[in-house]
Amino acid sequence: MNLLREAFTWLTDPAQWGGPNSLLLLLGQHLMYTALAVAIAAVIAIPAGWAIGHTGRGREIAVAVSGLARAVPSFGLLILLVLLAGVLHKPEAAVITFVLLAIPSILAGAYTGLESIDRKTIDAARAMGMTEREILAKVEIPLGLPLLVGGLRSAILQVAATVTIAAYVNLGGLGLPIITGLNLRRYDMVLGGALLVAALALILELLMALAQKMSVPRGLRSTRAGDRDAPGGHGAGNGNTLELQIDRPVERTRT
Amino acid sequence: MKFPMHKARAASVLALAGMLALAGCGSSDPLANEPSAGASGESDKSVVVGSQAYYSNEIIAEIYAQALEKAGFTVERKFNIGQRDAYMPQLENGSIDIMPEYTGNLLQYFEPKTSARASEDVYDELGKALPDSLAVLDQAQASDQDSYTVTEKFAKDNSVSSIEDLAKVSQKLTLGGPPELAERPYGPKGLSKTYGVDVAFSATGDTTVEDLNAGTVNVANVFTADPRIKTDKLVVLDDPKALFLASNVVPVVEADKSEELAAVINPISAKLSAEELVNLNVQSTVDQKSAQDIASAWLGSNG
Amino acid sequence: MNWILENLDLIGTLALEHLRQSLWAIAAGFLVSLPLGWAAWRYKALRGLVVTGTGLLYTIPSLALLMILPVVTGMSAISEANLIVALTIYALAIMVRCVVDGLDSVDPQTRSAATAMGYGPGRRFAAVELPLAGPVILAGLRVTSVSTISLATVGILVGVTNLGYLFTNGLQRRIIPEVLAGVLAVALIALIIDLLLVLAGRWLMPWTAAQPRRARRARRARNRAPQAVGTR
Repeated sequence: MNLLREAFTWLTDPAQWGGPNSLLLLLGQHLMYTALAVAIAAVIAIPAGWAIGHTGRGREIAVAVSGLARAVPSFGLLILLVLLAGVLHKPEAAVITFVLLAIPSILAGAYTGLESIDRKTIDAARAMGMTEREILAKVEIPLGLPLLVGGLRSAILQVAATVTIAAYVNLGGLGLPIITGLNLRRYDMVLGGALLVAALALILELLMALAQKMSVPRGLRSTRAGDRDAPGGHGAGNGNTLELQIDRPVERTRT
Repeated sequence: MKFPMHKARAASVLALAGMLALAGCGSSDPLANEPSAGASGESDKSVVVGSQAYYSNEIIAEIYAQALEKAGFTVERKFNIGQRDAYMPQLENGSIDIMPEYTGNLLQYFEPKTSARASEDVYDELGKALPDSLAVLDQAQASDQDSYTVTEKFAKDNSVSSIEDLAKVSQKLTLGGPPELAERPYGPKGLSKTYGVDVAFSATGDTTVEDLNAGTVNVANVFTADPRIKTDKLVVLDDPKALFLASNVVPVVEADKSEELAAVINPISAKLSAEELVNLNVQSTVDQKSAQDIASAWLGSNG
Repeated sequence: MNWILENLDLIGTLALEHLRQSLWAIAAGFLVSLPLGWAAWRYKALRGLVVTGTGLLYTIPSLALLMILPVVTGMSAISEANLIVALTIYALAIMVRCVVDGLDSVDPQTRSAATAMGYGPGRRFAAVELPLAGPVILAGLRVTSVSTISLATVGILVGVTNLGYLFTNGLQRRIIPEVLAGVLAVALIALIIDLLLVLAGRWLMPWTAAQPRRARRARRARNRAPQAVGTR
């Protein structure tokens, strides 16, 4: 625990919060890379996921692409892209790496969200005379939203934890004190940096958990709360089983 | 019923997993401590050669390893073990027997405030500064020391040839180097204290030379044996106030193995000149040869 | 691409090292997550603590964990054991949750039926609950294995040699094919292990593969059984 105390001493030293490598600046960089990468990944993956979920076509391709993207090590890809693109394009290389990391979770969240909807609900919408576009916009997207937000949540956690390696190619972020301390055997720096990353990931995780709760359409919220603590309470024929796939970390990988 | 079938399969999988685990333990158990070679007596001629996670250091380590193998030693290689701060404990506790090192940087590791700068002084001081369990063999003429380096164009435009001249440059300077340079005695703080040159720092790490060429940094911390100093036409700035220590290649060894290792390694160090070292590096980065091939070719003509 | 052809030996050796380190961590993570997950599922009081606790481990940056762990455990930072323990911790962060979810997915009526047939808790777990939770656990194991194999490369930054060597060494020497070879080899190993896990799953749980895709899909739409989640 001595180590922990040293880390806190390091963290609370005002010297770390000013100057060119202020932790505040590093935190800002860390958040910026995370937000940018997840936003770009969302723009690509959400429409694709909805198209797959709505039409039921292209799932195999999405699964194959996601599997491949997951298998690629972010650390190696980042170095490869920096070498290919040149040092002037390090930020782009990093963003591409993190976008690729975020896409599988978001894509899966988008299409499983739509797939999880009871076919009867969609048939009912169609019987009411809704057009395909209306079904997607008014029925499928709202009902699939919690799983999509769950996918975004996984993506954000993965990217926030992985942006740490950006420091290896001089892009700052909270990985910088970790990498600097690593070569100096400065445990207070390493642990201090790690605590900040973990705290950041935790806060983002809590915010996203809240967002996920809010994303459940109002009419469905009460049933969900009741089901949560009942293991096995979601047997066959249970009309609305949104809770099953919420919070599922299965989609996560990281580097 | 499917379960009996399932059970039989599960049992066979468990058995297989158990066998694999046992096999794994036999060949190399990751939970075993350190190899026995380092700790056991002198009579067995086995030796553990270490190297830094630096391609040039790996080539020298490979030369040591192959020479020792030729001399009848059983060699275990523990290469790419990070920075000095990471592997020094390994050397001190005897799990590595010999490793190529650099006199100045190693001396500064033990004596950050040392005033020795010239090659011979550094070597003498290093001998005294080492813990009792460690020793150094003869140093090579080849050196691979830290330097502050600029592009030819920058040197011309600002008429800069020594670190001192940087103080006269009006533009704001950025220094590039590995992240830990920020905290080293010869880093930005030392630059300011010794030469009155104030610079911003950028942790350019393994792409420092590219960053210098691209102009994202103006001054770079480059090792003097880097072939790109020649190929990219870089200018190594003079260091009249001796910010950097001379840093010759030197084998650091387990003290109680130093005699038997010296017989094999000292003749090698005697032949390792500055040009030879740059040559070895060129074979790795330009010709893309493996450390093994470079080492055996070098030993073939120098061994 | 010449570099790759001329250094197949090196790539192969590193790949084997990499595979060995990863498999130890995947196996350890799997074996430890079973009792932990079961306890969290069985005892409500433990559930939040264990699931949230192991999940939190996931937020620790890998580089920092590799560095801090030796201080806590007394292991050498550059030892394989250090890397394997760190990878196991990340494996647990994913696996424990999946084991709990998997056990949750077992129909209570099936469980009651086993009890009624005279199965004790141990036998019921091994013969009924675990196989039925299998598909969800397998989905988790697949994600764990891909994640572990990719994550192991960071070991090179603390001095554990594996395919990550090709990344840092390739960057130092500016040999792009070397870095590319590393990325491809890691991806290939991950995909092969994933395929083996799928095949092992079909072999051990033949009832999951028996249904043609359309039926599976229809059933998924009907009751969203958890095995539909996270599978690829």
